[in-house]
Parts: sequence; C-alpha cells; structure tokens
Amino acid sequence: MLELIVISTLNGVLFGMLLFLLSSGLTVIFSMMGVLNFAHASFYMLGAFFGFQLTKWIGFWPALVLAPLLVGAIGMAVERYGLRNTHKHGHVAELLLTFGLAFVIEEIVSMIWGKSPLDYRVPALLDFPAFTIFSTNYPAYKLFMLAVSITIFVALLVVLKRTRVGLIVQAALTHPHMVGHLGHNVGRVFMAVFGVGCALAGLAGVIAGPALVTQSDMAASLGPILFVVIVFGGLGSLPGAFIASLVIGLVQTFAVALDGSLASAFGPLDPSAGPSVLTDIWNVTIAQVAPIVPYMLLVLVLIVRPMGLMGTRES
Amino acid sequence: MTTAATSTPKMKAAAGGHVRFYGIWLIGIAALLVLPMIFSSGGSLTSFSLIGIAIIFALSYNILLGQTGLLSFGHAVHYGLGGFAACHMMNAVVSHGWPIPLPFIPLFGGLGGLVFAIIIGWVMTKRAGTVFAMISLGIGELVASSSLILRSVFGGEAGITTDRTALPKMLGWSFGPQIQVYYLIAFWLVLSAIAMYALTRTPLGRICNAVRDNPERVQFIGYDPHVVRYLAFCFAGFFAGIAGGLAAINFEIANSAYLGAIQSGLVLFSSFIGGVAYFFGPILGAILVTYLQLGLTNVTGVWQLYFGIIFIGIVMFAPGGIAGLLMMHRPLVRAGTLWTVIPSYLVAIVPTVALACGVILTIETVARYSSGDPINLFGIAFNPTSPVTWIAAAVLVVGGSFVARLTWRRIAEAWDRAATVARDRGYLA
Repeated sequence: MLELIVISTLNGVLFGMLLFLLSSGLTVIFSMMGVLNFAHASFYMLGAFFGFQLTKWIGFWPALVLAPLLVGAIGMAVERYGLRNTHKHGHVAELLLTFGLAFVIEEIVSMIWGKSPLDYRVPALLDFPAFTIFSTNYPAYKLFMLAVSITIFVALLVVLKRTRVGLIVQAALTHPHMVGHLGHNVGRVFMAVFGVGCALAGLAGVIAGPALVTQSDMAASLGPILFVVIVFGGLGSLPGAFIASLVIGLVQTFAVALDGSLASAFGPLDPSAGPSVLTDIWNVTIAQVAPIVPYMLLVLVLIVRPMGLMGTRES
Repeated sequence: MTTAATSTPKMKAAAGGHVRFYGIWLIGIAALLVLPMIFSSGGSLTSFSLIGIAIIFALSYNILLGQTGLLSFGHAVHYGLGGFAACHMMNAVVSHGWPIPLPFIPLFGGLGGLVFAIIIGWVMTKRAGTVFAMISLGIGELVASSSLILRSVFGGEAGITTDRTALPKMLGWSFGPQIQVYYLIAFWLVLSAIAMYALTRTPLGRICNAVRDNPERVQFIGYDPHVVRYLAFCFAGFFAGIAGGLAAINFEIANSAYLGAIQSGLVLFSSFIGGVAYFFGPILGAILVTYLQLGLTNVTGVWQLYFGIIFIGIVMFAPGGIAGLLMMHRPLVRAGTLWTVIPSYLVAIVPTVALACGVILTIETVARYSSGDPINLFGIAFNPTSPVTWIAAAVLVVGGSFVARLTWRRIAEAWDRAATVARDRGYLA
C-alpha cells in the first residue's frame, strides 16, 4: 500500500506538472487575448511527433530544443495569419478557428504518421532505473521529465515576476487596453505569448512522447482534460491552473492505480436481481472510472463554485 | 387620407410576403414528397434519410448557437440519449405489447434528450461564452465515457439493437422498406422545422436573440438570462433527441458513437458552414456536410481533413456561412446591380479552381505517398511518387493563389461599386 502511495504520488505529480506545462500556456493566452486555444493539445501532439521525427534524424537532445521551437513558430504563424484576422468576428469565431485547426492538425498528423502508436523510445542516456523503492524500479526518464517541467515552471515564475517582459505580460493579463495605450505593441506581445505558449505545449509533447503513447489521437484524449483543468482552476488564473493541474494529475493517477469497487468493499449484490444500472455501478472498478473522474470533478466544481477554484472572472 | 394612401402599398407588400413565405415552405414539403420518386435507388433513399436527420439535428443546434449564442461542443449528448431512449422504448413496446406505433417513437427520443437537458442544463447554462463551451465539452466527454461503463443501459461498445418492424403497424405501414422510413423522417423533419421556426417567432425566441446580443440589457428589462439560456438549452435538447430517435429508427441500433465528440463536431460544422445567422443556414449546411461525408468517403481516405479546411476557410473568410454569402447578394439583386459583379466572379473561377486543385493534389500526394495509389483528379491520373505530380501541385498552388488573389481583389472592387449603387437606390443600409 505504501509502495502504491509513493509511486502514484510521484507519477501523479509528474502528470500534474505536464498538465501545468500545457495549462499555463493556455491560461496566459486566454487571459491576454480572450481566446481559448482549442488546438493547444494539438500543439502538444505536434511536439511529440516532431520530437519523434527529429530524434530519428538528429538525435533526442537537439530535438528537445528544435521541436518546441518549430511548434512555437507554427503557433506564431497561426496567431499572425489566422487569429488576428478572425479577431474582428469575435471570440466565438476565434474559438471555432482553433477548433477547426485542432481537427486539421489531427488529420494531417494521422495522414503523415499513420494512426497507430509510434515507436518513440526513451533516449539511451536516460534508459536506466533511477532508484528502486520497494521492488519497483523508477525510471530515470521520468525523473528527467519531472526535472524539465519543474525547471520550466521556475523559469516561467522568474520571467513573469522578475523581468520587464513578465511585467508587460502580467499587465496585459488584466488590462490589455492600458498596456496598448502605454505604447507597447500589443499585437506583437500577443504573437510572442501565443508562440511561447505553443512552444511550451510542444516541449511537453517532446518529453511526454516517449513515456506516454505517441499517437494521432493523443490530442483528442488530452484536450478535454486540459479544459477541465483550467475551468476547475478558474479561467485566467495561473495559481488556479497550477493547483488544478496537480489535483487532476494526482486524482487521475491514483484512480488508475486503485483496483477497488463497491462490490469489493461491501460484497457482491444479490445476483437474483439481474443486471441493472446499480450492478454496473456496483461492479465497476475505480481504475475503470478513472477517465471520467476529471469530468465529475468539473461538474462538482460547477455546482459548488461556478467560477472555479481561484477564478475571479465571470466569463 | 395620407395614412390610408401609405398603408395600402404596405399591405400589398405584406400579402406578397405571406405568399412568398408559405410558398417556400410548401415548395420544401413538395420537394420532400417528390424527391424519392425521382431518385428511387436504395442508395439515394438512405442518403435522403440521413440528410433529413442531419437537418433536424443541425436546426436544433442552431437554437443554441445561432439564436442564443451558446457554442456547444457536446450537443451530440442529447442526440445520442434520444437515440438510446427511442431504442429502449421500441424494445419495451415490443416486449410489453403496448399499442404505440413507430411514428410516435421519435417523440420519446425527444423526451430522452429533453430530460437530460432539464437535469444538467441548469448548471451548464449558468455562464455563457467560452465557459459554456468548455463545460459542454466536459459534459460530452463525461456522458460518452459513462455510456461505456453503464453497460445495462447503453449496451457497452456494441450498443443496443432493436427491430422497427416489430412495432404495431400504422395505416398498414410496417416501416420495413427504406422508403417508408424516409417518409417518416420527412414527416418529422417538416414537423420539427415548423416547430423550431415558430419558436424563433415567439417572445421566448426573441428574448433568446437579445440574450445572445446583450445579456446585460436583458437583465435590465427584467429577464434572467440564465433562465432564457436554460429554456433554449432544453428546447435544443428536445429536438436533438428527436433527431437521435429518428437515427435509431433508421439504423435500428444506438451505440456510444451517437454521443461522441465526432458527432458533436459534425453538427457544429454543419450549422456553421451553412450559416448560423439565418434559419435556413443549418439546413444548407446539413445537406452539404452529409452529402460530402457520404460522397467523399468513397473518393478519399482523408475526407475529414477537407472538412476541417472548408470549416477554417468559412470561419476566416465568410463567418456568415453559405447562407450569409447568399443573403449578401439580396440587396444587389433587388437593386438590379448583381450583373455588374458576375463577370468578376466568372473571371475568378478559373484561378480559384486551379488553387483548389493544387491543394487537393498536395494533400492526396502526401496521403498516398506511402501506398502509391494513383490520384484521379477530374479523370487525370497522377502518380503520388512522381516529381511531375509534385511540380504540378506546387505550380497550381503558387500560381493559383497568386492569380486568384488578383481576381479576388477585382471582385471586391466590383462589389463595392455595386453596393454603392444599391445603397444609393436605398436597398442597402
């Protein structure tokens, strides 16, 4: 039991930090531009596929740098030539544009790389067990992932809180018009922020690719969870996104690891009653419920606190 | 005296408007009746049935998006639950021997969609805009995933099957042949379309538009936007459920694919491509999208990519959709200046088609590069592995886009001239 708790906590924090790499970019983009980037998880997927392809050509370490840059460049192009032109039609049009983009990216990826999972391997340098707790070997690569995401987290924090650029971004979060009036090129700030957000998503993809599955449906499966995270944490709140990422990461990892069901806890139901909704619920294991746990949390939060954990905005 | 003089022509115009208004509906109904007689093959009957279902579904979606301004990414939930409700009802009718004939089954589908909307809608519609969009996505995923867990209700991955011919007959119709199912769908299509159109003319429909445009002012005049959104959500859920019930009758099965994100995405595509600002927009969109879906799957393996590209194109360049593009021409037609624009359209067709061909050729080359299947474009076969094809594609894309941009600029200029004349003649604000 203790083993399960330690390992699941490690994995949960890791998944949570990965989620935060994505949700931080999404949150900053949303706060600044009012655009919810539906294609954010698609940029994560692009990161994983670019990472795979570049690793094949030039090795993992250059890919770790190049793939996020490429994804960031694509993100900037999307902002410059897509979103900026759509802005005049309102936020719904912008959201729909990114929705269409997510659709197109998924189709292009499965067109080029196919629909089956890719053989994206952990680099040889990190392919060893880092330590052994209670008979379980914990892979070094996962520690590396954790280190990268924590480094990015700290770097983001420093940039946002301690630099001039961060000051402008922070100001633009709450008062974009004022920032514009003060003479900053808001358009360029938007483009840069969008690009950086997408690059972070790409980086998450590159490092998550070998550990999780690199497949053309990875964006479609992660995307909704990402939106749960930012609604759960409160739209536009970075601390909220951080807490929500960790909560969802931990909850989901623990749910997957637990095998209990109501039947195992309270004994089986009377079999003479026949199959019904009750028997379905009674017999389902927590691991089987894991995929819907985030959405149940979402509904719960909406009922109890509609603006999310740390949210202040109404819309 | 003067009032009488001015009111007479107005009344004439109103009477003409009535004739035109009912005429359009009657022509639509007549077309529904006659179509299967002209195209009587099994394939086209199936297509018509699917299109009919898609139209009801898209119209129900437009109650949310077009009329109330709620962008939902999970509308298929009501469609799917309607389908399951209809399936269960049909099986129950058969096993209990209730005297309920098949034509009433879609009503139970509608109730299925409605009940879920009533339960979940109050929480969901608390907030509009982006938050509502995200929540609808989450709820959609929640229901779609739950349907795989609650096997006794949703039948797991296989779904629930039923037999529409086992129900009591009505007017001697067994609903075995597709033609009878088609007429059933057509009947419900007309009924639902009239009901949904009537809904837009009620005070509720009008206040929905107000909530879409400015919820704050709606609050000032004493309405609660939350309640209005909730009511619109329930109506949309009901009509989506009817569409789902018809789909269950048509396929004699309901499974978790009905509830899924793909179905939700398709209805969004249909409505938006058709145009959400006009009532008939989603009808056009549903016809086009379903037709393309059925037609393209045989031709290319990446048909969804074309959908996505068409959708992005519409969002970026014609946010009014096809209906918006058509209605743009109305003042020009009235002012009699449309003919000045048409030549520039004709000039633009050639480079635009060339550009489209180039894009298609590029996509198909990438898609078929590994398999090496030849690409058949307007009867010309291209080999995806040969550089000739690549060069042709590049020339078409680059040259086409260069020339097409010039001709599009000409269209804009001609349009401006025509619009100015129309404005002078008082047909355009």
